[in-house]
Amino acid sequence: MGNTKPDNSRIPAVQMKNITKRFGLVTANSGVNLELYKGEILALLGENGSGKTTLMNMLCGLYFPDEGEILINGKPATIASPKDSFSYGIGMVHQHFKLIDVLSAAENIVLGLDEKLDIKKAGAKIREICDKYGFDVDPNQKIYDMSVSQKQTVEIVKVLYRGADILILDEPTAVLTPQETEKLFAVLRKMKEDNKAIIIITHKMHEVESLSDRVAVLRKGKYIGDMRTADTNAAEMTDMMVGRKVVLNIMRPEPVNPKDRILVNGLTVKSEDGITKLKNVSFTIRSGEILGIAGISGCGQKELLEAIAGLQVVESGSIEYVDDKGKREQLLGKDPKQIRDMGVGLSFVPEDRLGMGLVGNMDLTDNMMLRSYENGRGPFTDRKGPQRLAQSVVNELEVVTPGLSTPVRSLSGGNVQKILVGREIASAPKVLLTAYAVRGLDINASYTIYDLINEQKKAGVAVVYVGEDLDVLMELSDRILVLCGGEVSGILDGRTADRQEVGALMTKVGGNSDGKN
Amino acid sequence: MFNIVSFIPKAVVQGIPLLYGSTGEIVTQKSGNLNLGIPGVMYVGAISGVIGAFNFEQAVKSYEAANAAEIAAAAASNSPDAFLTYGVPFLSVLIPMLSCLLGSLLMGLLYCFLTVTLKANQNVTGLAMTTFGVGFGNFFGASLIKLSGADVPSIALTNTSKYFSVKLPFAESAGWFGKIFLSYGPLAYLSIIIAIVAALVIKKTRVGLHLRAVGESPATADSAGINVTMYKYGATCIGCMIAGLGGLYYVMDYATGVWSNDAFGDRGWLAIALVIFTIWKPDMSIFASILFGGLYILYLFLPMNIDHMEYQQLYKMIPYVVTLIVLVITSIRNKRENQPPASLGLPYFREER
Repeated sequence: MGNTKPDNSRIPAVQMKNITKRFGLVTANSGVNLELYKGEILALLGENGSGKTTLMNMLCGLYFPDEGEILINGKPATIASPKDSFSYGIGMVHQHFKLIDVLSAAENIVLGLDEKLDIKKAGAKIREICDKYGFDVDPNQKIYDMSVSQKQTVEIVKVLYRGADILILDEPTAVLTPQETEKLFAVLRKMKEDNKAIIIITHKMHEVESLSDRVAVLRKGKYIGDMRTADTNAAEMTDMMVGRKVVLNIMRPEPVNPKDRILVNGLTVKSEDGITKLKNVSFTIRSGEILGIAGISGCGQKELLEAIAGLQVVESGSIEYVDDKGKREQLLGKDPKQIRDMGVGLSFVPEDRLGMGLVGNMDLTDNMMLRSYENGRGPFTDRKGPQRLAQSVVNELEVVTPGLSTPVRSLSGGNVQKILVGREIASAPKVLLTAYAVRGLDINASYTIYDLINEQKKAGVAVVYVGEDLDVLMELSDRILVLCGGEVSGILDGRTADRQEVGALMTKVGGNSDGKN
Repeated sequence: MFNIVSFIPKAVVQGIPLLYGSTGEIVTQKSGNLNLGIPGVMYVGAISGVIGAFNFEQAVKSYEAANAAEIAAAAASNSPDAFLTYGVPFLSVLIPMLSCLLGSLLMGLLYCFLTVTLKANQNVTGLAMTTFGVGFGNFFGASLIKLSGADVPSIALTNTSKYFSVKLPFAESAGWFGKIFLSYGPLAYLSIIIAIVAALVIKKTRVGLHLRAVGESPATADSAGINVTMYKYGATCIGCMIAGLGGLYYVMDYATGVWSNDAFGDRGWLAIALVIFTIWKPDMSIFASILFGGLYILYLFLPMNIDHMEYQQLYKMIPYVVTLIVLVITSIRNKRENQPPASLGLPYFREER
């Protein structure tokens, strides 16, 4: 917890007064006031679409406010471009990294600067910054050779290299393991001691509580209020974000009569360029149970789910489906449609959300039809059924949409995900595979999805849940399978597993003691 | 018998227009703009140069006619007319060059306005510009032929051409060395200088780093404070101007000032193929263009059975086949540095991040 209290008599490092920003008819921010002091970490909270990122983008020069003024260190500032923003000492680490894969770390760091291009000199300065804060960056390493956490480090060094003393981090921990997150937080605390001003956007309440000094809450583009972190708690903050009471409990009903549903044995998958993505993976998926899959992103989760759904070429191993009567059937060698007809539903939310599963330019009804296009007589498709289905998904899951004929692309992320999950559930699957079902969703929408998944579990569906937020995964899952580099690192009981144990398993097969710091 | 000393200079002069075209296209593509209008741009560059040269030659002719007496008198008194002695050679080079650059620049601006400002589809825009450029060239070519009253379907600008094809002084006396290295006009050497400079700028300078960043990920470049629109406009317009010079070289030096419609052929497409062949490296393009130039005319140097003229077409295919092979090889090797700029062909919207 922050011991250094911001001294309110000082001039704020950043003061945003009455900021309003509109995009066409949509008001993203209206009359927002925000203050940030040196030597403090401010957590900016709000649901998806509450205008957090828009507000921050005005600080870093990507957008220009329609109304209001920004003061930096007490002086009015005009931030019309990212360059202006650097000149005021503001640096932002974006949620999606702004790095160029084919360039080296050093080249990325000096990108856009007016100084003479001297990679060697830049490398020396980068090492200096790294030594100061305890980073580990090789200036000559190419970005495409780096892990997610290394890339993030480069982003932070990039900001520091420009001499930023006001840092904005947009969901920095979404892609990190618990250990990497702790390391990042240690660095941020060190920067705070260094008298830098830091804003962090995150959806994870325990991070807000452990890191920030103060929280500010936005709701629907409006500024709701701010308070000292020490004086509040997760429930109060969530209520402020949502605007009404929210119950922050994920249910974990006892599995009802679990039976083996899918047996995976010795599964090995290689990617097209011959890299082993899954190595000798064996586990069981049971009905009426949620199997959580934990792991650093890119550890084979995608390949695993795709292999079960018949979308991935398998090198060796077997995947057997066990029906209610105990009859076993091999899934390998069947095409995705046959597997789907057997009742294995895949609701995979890839990084770009729309990539697999939904077609952005098609409307709700048409997207529902992607599962039922073969119904209907003759060459004509049956549109009535999908239309009814779309309507029921919209009603039951409270999808906010102007109508059924709206292209999915123009809906917000949460609503898109509800449609995708809703459609998969509507086909009454025996097995539901979900990956990143709540990626990028705010707390409220996330809990709706968790409830949906739990309902399926109660109905006896075998659920596989691949998620990013370890805390949620541990609260939701009956069993947790931890993947590490494509291998099964361990299978734990969700009721007794602890964070550090899972974290250690994620970084090293079988886990080890140095993971438990 | 295959005569290498006479083959290489022929390959080089064939290669120079390709080198201009590919250097221009590489610079353009590095900014993320896939300009398939390059063949059209080269036509426009060529015909703009021809229009400039034609008008200037006409002007010189009427000057000579109007001042015939003075010129004769000046020649007799051993103090020749200053304009004809010093002004004409200078302007004969300058005017076609400037017209060529202006014509290509306008094409570049048109392409940028459509694809960068209005975010039109780059492929469609490029193909439309190629069709337009070829038509533009042929229309004005035919018009000039008619104006000049020539009885063959071509127009000869030999007076201008002679300044574009000045050889280096030792070209004749230096034997095979002179033939292979010194026997070209100034624009040929200029193309090599431009290619080397382009390679250095892209690889070594800040501007080049920013340009690569824009082509790889405009959103990243934007948030790093780089003016994406300016770089895209700049690179594409400069690229078009470089490519346009290829058209000018073709008419003024290679074709010795003779414009005939459609003579430039499919060289523009070869230039685009070269971009892939050289994996976006202008310095490699120097050798690759000469190789392509050689392959383009190889059939002339091979023994040919008059009964089987169709074999010629097979030889003419070689450059394209080689490009396909290179595509296959670079795709298999899958080295990240050898891939096209990541955002090539994609428009950039700031709001869509």
